[in-house]
Amino acid sequence: MIRIHLHKSLQSPGGRKSLEIDCDLPAGQLITIYGSSGVGKTSLLNMLAGFMKPDGGSIEVNGKVWFRGGSEQAAKEEERGGKEKDVGVDLSPQARRIGYVFQEQALFPNMTVKENLVYALEKGQRADRIGELTELMELQSFLSRRPGTLSGGEKQRVALARALVRDPDLLLLDEPFSALDHDMRVRMQDYILSVHRRYPLTLLLVSHDLSEIVRVSDHIVWLEDGRVKKEGKPFAVFSDRRVSGHFQFTGEVLSLRREDVVYVADVLIGRDLVKIVCTAEEAASLRPGSRVRVVSKAFNPFIEKML
Amino acid sequence: MIDPQPFILSFKLAFIVTGILLLAAIPIAYWLAYTKSRLRILLGTLVTMPLVLPPSVLGFYLLLAFSPLSGFGKFLQDHFDIRLAFSFGGLVIASVLYSLPFMVGPIQAGLQSLPAELRQASYSLGKSGRTTLFRILLPNIRSSLVTGIVLSFAHTIGEFGVVLMIGGNIPGQTRLASIAIYDHVEMMQYGAAGKEAILLFLLSFCIVLTVYLVNQKFKGTLSR
Repeated sequence: MIRIHLHKSLQSPGGRKSLEIDCDLPAGQLITIYGSSGVGKTSLLNMLAGFMKPDGGSIEVNGKVWFRGGSEQAAKEEERGGKEKDVGVDLSPQARRIGYVFQEQALFPNMTVKENLVYALEKGQRADRIGELTELMELQSFLSRRPGTLSGGEKQRVALARALVRDPDLLLLDEPFSALDHDMRVRMQDYILSVHRRYPLTLLLVSHDLSEIVRVSDHIVWLEDGRVKKEGKPFAVFSDRRVSGHFQFTGEVLSLRREDVVYVADVLIGRDLVKIVCTAEEAASLRPGSRVRVVSKAFNPFIEKML
Repeated sequence: MIDPQPFILSFKLAFIVTGILLLAAIPIAYWLAYTKSRLRILLGTLVTMPLVLPPSVLGFYLLLAFSPLSGFGKFLQDHFDIRLAFSFGGLVIASVLYSLPFMVGPIQAGLQSLPAELRQASYSLGKSGRTTLFRILLPNIRSSLVTGIVLSFAHTIGEFGVVLMIGGNIPGQTRLASIAIYDHVEMMQYGAAGKEAILLFLLSFCIVLTVYLVNQKFKGTLSR
């Protein structure tokens, strides 16, 4: 279980804003922090990693306290009659057992791919781990190249492998798909899913793009205005009512065109591309990239058992 | 014929000073680049002072400090039998102070130009600040290190005011190349001064040229 109860006042281009995160996340799952740009997702990751100090609150991962606000909180505790004097905890990034995949990968340019991985080994750790990850991430063909010569997708795989060398408890991924084109994005999702299947760690992924996360996430935390708006299973988070006579899907309009008297929108729902007929008025409010909800009455659906 | 002694002395001084500076400047530059302390501004200003201060001012104060009549100079003389005024040791100390900004500046700028994520990535992999500095940060600012080394070296060779103030002109001890040229001019020996001047000019040119060439090469290796 990962318990996050934090507050932090952030300086942003639009002035000061406060971030107040309260959530308990299930361990061993692929969790996505979703929210628009600038909502504080990366700050949250940085506080989990220990690169940024929260103003107060606590972070507890699998029973171990990584951060607990000091003095101010301890004072309140004492007022309430707390016995122990709470001095506060703030583990260094080194002591937190995390893997961090940065948006810009942050591979070490002075080292080859292999050297990047070897650097991450802990003292006395067996080098088998490198071979295993090389295979899982399919890095064999460019182990001896320098990061500067790799494509975005290749760099991202190296960064993912490097973050896993140490066998972290918590893997943090900051917008891991944002720099990739659609095909690479799907492949990267598959790599992340294979990591998720293979290792018992908790993955915490940050994204502002709904279509890329619904497919992979076990659990979603939706941030809005610096607070948790909703959290839970992807389906539960993104549908308003739990049971209804309607099918509801959220998706993204990829293209919109006119065919004879109607308009046809190609909507990406999860992994599926669905063609949806719409009227001129509906079409006028849409454009490629719009996020839409597709609703249909469950009037006469086919149910077929899958083999 | 040119007397080689002042040149040998100048280069000896430059080697020693550059070596000391490299060791001293890395921790200073590291601290200046990353600390959030307000003392940063004060230390940064002090390190930069030699760039704007007339050499004679620095030389004057050092001369006072080194003098056996002053507290510091007397302390050294009484306890360690060291006399810094008009000695090679004094030149080393003065030159280190005077060339400090030429070493700290490039290294600090180099460290600050690296993305913060490189450090954070190394920390997230469990590596200490020291390991990160030597294995990640310094190797990625090699061109800044070379710039700092070469500039400090060249600046020490070209130094005149400070060394004249506190070193004087003792052959084999404090008579550096730049002093020798001045000495010849003062004695109207323009021929000898001219030869020494052109030699110093060519050496300095080669040194600066090396900086540019090496920097280009480093840029090449990182993207290959």
